[in-house]
Amino acid sequence: MVENRPLLNILTHLVLIAGIVFLCFPVWMALVASTHPGEALARSPIPMWFGDQGFENYRQLLTGGVPATGGVPVAQMMWNSLIMALGITIGKIAISLLSAYAIVYFRFPFRMVFFWLIFITLMLPVEVRILPTYDVVASLGMLNSHTGLILPLIASATATFLFRQFFLTVPDELVEAARIDRAGPLRFFWDILLPLSRTNIAALFIILFIYGWNQYLWPFLITTDQDLYTIVMGIQRMVNVGEGLPIWHLTMGTAILAMIPPVIVVLAMQRLFVKGLVESEK
Amino acid sequence: MKRVVFRSWWLPYLLVAPQIAITLIFFIWPAYQALESSLYIEDAFGFSRNFVWFENFEQLFSDPGYLRSFKTTLIFGLSVTFLSMSMALGLAVAANRVIRSATAYRTFLIWPYAVAPALAGVLWFFMMNPTLGIVAYWLEAMFGYDWNHYTSGTEALIMVTIAAAWKQISYNFLFFLAGLQSIPKSLIEAAAIDAASPARRFWTIVFPLLSPTTFFLLVVNLVYAFFDTFAIIHATTSGGPADATSILVYRVYNTGFVGQDYGSSAAQSVVLMALVIGMTVIQFRFVERRVNY
Repeated sequence: MVENRPLLNILTHLVLIAGIVFLCFPVWMALVASTHPGEALARSPIPMWFGDQGFENYRQLLTGGVPATGGVPVAQMMWNSLIMALGITIGKIAISLLSAYAIVYFRFPFRMVFFWLIFITLMLPVEVRILPTYDVVASLGMLNSHTGLILPLIASATATFLFRQFFLTVPDELVEAARIDRAGPLRFFWDILLPLSRTNIAALFIILFIYGWNQYLWPFLITTDQDLYTIVMGIQRMVNVGEGLPIWHLTMGTAILAMIPPVIVVLAMQRLFVKGLVESEK
Repeated sequence: MKRVVFRSWWLPYLLVAPQIAITLIFFIWPAYQALESSLYIEDAFGFSRNFVWFENFEQLFSDPGYLRSFKTTLIFGLSVTFLSMSMALGLAVAANRVIRSATAYRTFLIWPYAVAPALAGVLWFFMMNPTLGIVAYWLEAMFGYDWNHYTSGTEALIMVTIAAAWKQISYNFLFFLAGLQSIPKSLIEAAAIDAASPARRFWTIVFPLLSPTTFFLLVVNLVYAFFDTFAIIHATTSGGPADATSILVYRVYNTGFVGQDYGSSAAQSVVLMALVIGMTVIQFRFVERRVNY
C-alpha cells in the first residue's frame, strides 16, 4: 500500500466481502436445502437456516440414492468419479512425462512431427468431435467401461508442454554426470529426473484431478449402465426428474457431495494449486 | 534444445508411443472422420451416403436456427467473459491492497474453481427456480418482477450466463492477482508522489500494465464460454426454451445424438474446430509475447 486512505480501506474490505458473499451464497443455499425434508422446499420462500433432516438426507443419499432416478447410491457414484479422476490424472501424468522425456532428451527422426501431433490435441476438445469419437470408442467395444471413460481423455498437450518446459531447465551437467557414472537413459529418468519433477507433478496432479472429477459430457455419452454413473453427470438426472417431485433436498445434497472432494483438494493444497494453475496455462 | 542427449534408435519411439497412439486413435482419427463425413449426406437408415461437396455447410449457414445459435453463443460468450473478468479484476485489485488477512480472503475466493460447470448450473438453477428459488422470490418481493426462465428465453440465457461467470471468477481472480503483484511497486509510488489519485493510478498505470494478462484471460474465457459450458446448458435448460440457450456446442450434440443428422453434426464440428484452432493460434502467438514481456 502506498498511502493510508481509511475510506478506501473500508471500501476494499467491502468489495472483498461482497465478492465472497456472491461466491458462497449458492453453496450456502444448497447446504441449507440439503438439511430439510422435501416438503419444506415445496413452497416459497424456502428456509435460509438449517433444518433437522441433514443426517437423514445424507444417509439416504449415500446408501440408497434417489429412488425416482433409479436409486443408485451416491457413494457408488462418488467411487466411480474417484476412479475416473485418478485414472485420468495418473494416465495423463505418466504418458506426458514419458513423451516429454523423449522429446527433450533424444534426437530422433520425426521428433518435431510427434511434437506437433501432441500440440494439435489442444485444438480438438471432446465437445467439437463428439460423434466420431463416440463411434471410435463404440467400435473398440469400450462403452460402459472404466477404460472407455478414462483412456480417450488421457492425451495431454498441456502436461507434456509443462514437463518439457521443466526438463529444459534441468542442467545438462546432470546428464553428463549420469553418463560418466554409466547410467542409462531409463535409470537417469527414474533416479534423477523423476525426483526433480516432484513439485511439478504434484501441482499438475491437483489441476488434473479437478479436471477428471468434473468431467460431464464424456461420462454422459459413454455410460448407460447405472453402475458406472459418475456423480457430476448423475446429478443431471435428478434435476430433470426433480421438477415434478419434491426431491430438491436430495439434489442439493448430491451437489454438495459432488463438490466436496475437489474443493478440499484445492483448499488443502492451495499453494501447489496456484502454482499448477498459473504454470500449466503458460 | 539440450546440448547433451542420450542415444538410442528405439527408446524414444517407445516413450512417445502411448501418447501418440491415444492422440491418433481418439483425436486425429475422429477429427478426420468429422472432416470427411461433413462432405457426405447419409440416408436415414445409414445404408448409403452420397458425396455432396459443401452442401452440408450451405444448408448449415442458410439455417436460421444455426445462425441464431451463432448469435446466442456470441452474446453468451461475451457476457460471461465481461461479467467474470470485471468482477475478478475488482476483487483482485482489492485483494492486492489488503496486507493483513490477504490469505484468508484468497482462500474464500478461489474455491469455486473446483466446482464443476454442471454443478454451478444446478446451483443457480435452484436459486432462480420460478416457484421456490430464493432469487426469483426476492425479485418478486422487492420489484414485483415475475422471473420465469421456463418461458422467457432471455431470462434462461441470463441464468446460464450468471452460472458460467460465477464459476470462472476465481480463475480470473488468480491470474489478475498474479499480474498485479508483478507490477513494480516503484511505479505506483512514483505516481503517488506526483499526487496521482488511486483511481488515476489504476487507469493510467496499473490497467495498461495488466493488458497482457487481460488479453490472455480474454481468450481463455471465450474458449471456456464457447466450449466448456456445455454441461451448464445441458444440465439446466437443455437448450430451451425455444432454442434460446442452444449455444454451438450444445447444438452439435443435439443434432448428432438427438436429431441423428450426422452430416450436419459433422459440418458443425468442422466449424467449431476452425473456431478453436483460430483461438488457440491467437493465444499462443500472444503467450510468446507475454514471456518476453
